[in-house]
Amino acid sequence: MLEINNLHAQLEEDADVKILKGLDLKVEAGKVHAIMGPNGSGKSTLAYVLSGRDGYEVTEGSATLEGNDILDMEPEVRATHGLFLAFQYPVEIPGVGNMTFLREAVNAQRKARGDDEISSADFLKLVREKAKSLKIEPEMLKRAVNTGFSGGEKKRNEILHMAMLEPKMCILDETDSGLDVDAMKLVAEGVNALRTPDRGFLVITHYQRLLNHIKPDVVHIMSDGRIIKTGGPELALEVEENGYADLLGEVA
Amino acid sequence: MAIPKAKLRASKQEATNEWLAGRAMPAGGAWATAARKEAVERVRALTLPTKRDEYWKYTDPTSLTAAEAPEASLFEITDEGAVFEQIDRVRLVFVDGVFDAAASDDPSLAGVEITRLAEAAGNDIHWAKDYYGVLEAAGQSPVERPLAAFNTAFADDGVLIRATGKAEKPVSLIYERGEKAGDAMLHHVIRVEPGAELTVLENGPAAARFSQVMEVDVADGGRLHHVRAQGRDHERRAVTHLFARLGEESTLKSFTLVANGRLTRNEAVVWLQGENGAAHISGASMGDGEFLGDDTVFVTHSAPHCESRQVFKKVLRGGAVGVFQGKILVEQPAQKTDGYQISQSLLFDERSQFLAKPELEIYADDVQCSHGSTSGEIDPDHLFYMRARGIPQAEAESLLVLAFIAEAIEEIEDETLAEDIRARLSRWLERRRA
Repeated sequence: MLEINNLHAQLEEDADVKILKGLDLKVEAGKVHAIMGPNGSGKSTLAYVLSGRDGYEVTEGSATLEGNDILDMEPEVRATHGLFLAFQYPVEIPGVGNMTFLREAVNAQRKARGDDEISSADFLKLVREKAKSLKIEPEMLKRAVNTGFSGGEKKRNEILHMAMLEPKMCILDETDSGLDVDAMKLVAEGVNALRTPDRGFLVITHYQRLLNHIKPDVVHIMSDGRIIKTGGPELALEVEENGYADLLGEVA
Repeated sequence: MAIPKAKLRASKQEATNEWLAGRAMPAGGAWATAARKEAVERVRALTLPTKRDEYWKYTDPTSLTAAEAPEASLFEITDEGAVFEQIDRVRLVFVDGVFDAAASDDPSLAGVEITRLAEAAGNDIHWAKDYYGVLEAAGQSPVERPLAAFNTAFADDGVLIRATGKAEKPVSLIYERGEKAGDAMLHHVIRVEPGAELTVLENGPAAARFSQVMEVDVADGGRLHHVRAQGRDHERRAVTHLFARLGEESTLKSFTLVANGRLTRNEAVVWLQGENGAAHISGASMGDGEFLGDDTVFVTHSAPHCESRQVFKKVLRGGAVGVFQGKILVEQPAQKTDGYQISQSLLFDERSQFLAKPELEIYADDVQCSHGSTSGEIDPDHLFYMRARGIPQAEAESLLVLAFIAEAIEEIEDETLAEDIRARLSRWLERRRA
């Protein structure tokens, strides 16, 4: 599904700040991969580089989604190819209604793929249904995108967007940050409901706790811009018990 | 080196006399002739504006006071009807500044009293004599508005509307350009009697150079909604003045959409004279390239417990210029005033600029007044978030522009009218990304 080879990236405005230093990763359809790592290891940069945010320059390596090179695509084209990033800090957009935003996004993607736009009635029905399963109040749909939402509401809204857009490859960037246990469970349930044999997940997290609720198939440890260790779910537990220091020391 | 004041004054006087010389006042009956004569004297005393005047610093009035109106072509749009077309209204059409009865609806259908200025002025007495030129004259202090006085003196057409109850339909003033090049002048008077309610719409390219005055008196408990769209003549020069006096528990809501135009100066002068009055003056302007959109607003609170809002949003690109000069004056008796003023611009490039002069002058001690003015660009974080969800950049920008303008459009009470204005804005943006 997602294949990353020898990816190198640095800050656009400061070539001395190299963040990704030869990252290799392969996420298969139907699998959940987790990336764990200490702060500053480059986890969020990876998410941004894959989704096409300005400010980073890829100097070497490649990233493909179902065989298509995504690094040269505009962010919206990546999205229509099925890439989705759930933001660590979902952006508040005052004045743009959550429903309007979602309908625009759904229809833009359908249009780009050559499908007909979804009818207003079908869209409403769909969004209400999905919102209900995420315990999102109808009132939250009427408000401006993420504006005035609590931390938990923002993250649930990200999952709602994901559910509506039905991406092939989902990247979740620190989705557990700022959530209490109940909110985290709700978000995890939403993600688990989307697990299908043809969809891949990359869950980026600092702590193991999210992985109790979203069970990964593969766990990677990232440090200094590279994957330094890959294993099964037990690797996450090891981090939980011993911290990163042991693991990092072991590799060094 | 500064030019001595006396010399400046003399040269202004000379230019003004020259401008007035040879201009004939429209023929009329006693009341109109008296009002026009006084207005001519006001122009002579005030003198024409120049860029040296305090309130013309940002907008050069030279093209407004030039002997000849510069040419201005029309912008033909084939794929979009005119604004307000879907609204059930009484259409009053002016072609080149002259009322065209044949092209208009029967004015009586509006359920209000409507007289053409050109007719009423011929009578020796008319209710409008208590307002025509009277509110304009009152609005000459503390800020001078000589172009409004000029309009009072020489405008020979317009409508005089008196609403005595709730109007059955909105009165829609439609301006069209015919064969005549150059200037057009219109002067309207609107009197909303106690408890009455009226909606007035205005749209259409009136002239290469257009001067318009609207004098409004909203009596106790009256309500006036005014929605105006200026567009489809990218090269126009227009100067408009709204003078409005509001009584107790009355409401005035005036919204203006300005799309392009070489120079558009919209002035609003509002007096809140009775308790619990409300005045909302708002506008959205969209300028691309050779554009100057100037909103100059002066709201005076004379009575307690009144509310005023000034909400202006300007989208500027390609070197366009936006101007806002807004003032809230709260006189000593006007305790518990609630005054709000916001002017904001969204700049698409470094060549475009927004010039703002927000002013508060408060003599009452128990009031709530806030004002703010900002200039900004589209937030890259907003844009990226939208694009990452699959919304193409141009569409994302349009959504963000509409969001930026939303607060101004929300000032329009009627949702159908607001939706119509939103649709105009969307099309304006679409045309710019094709």
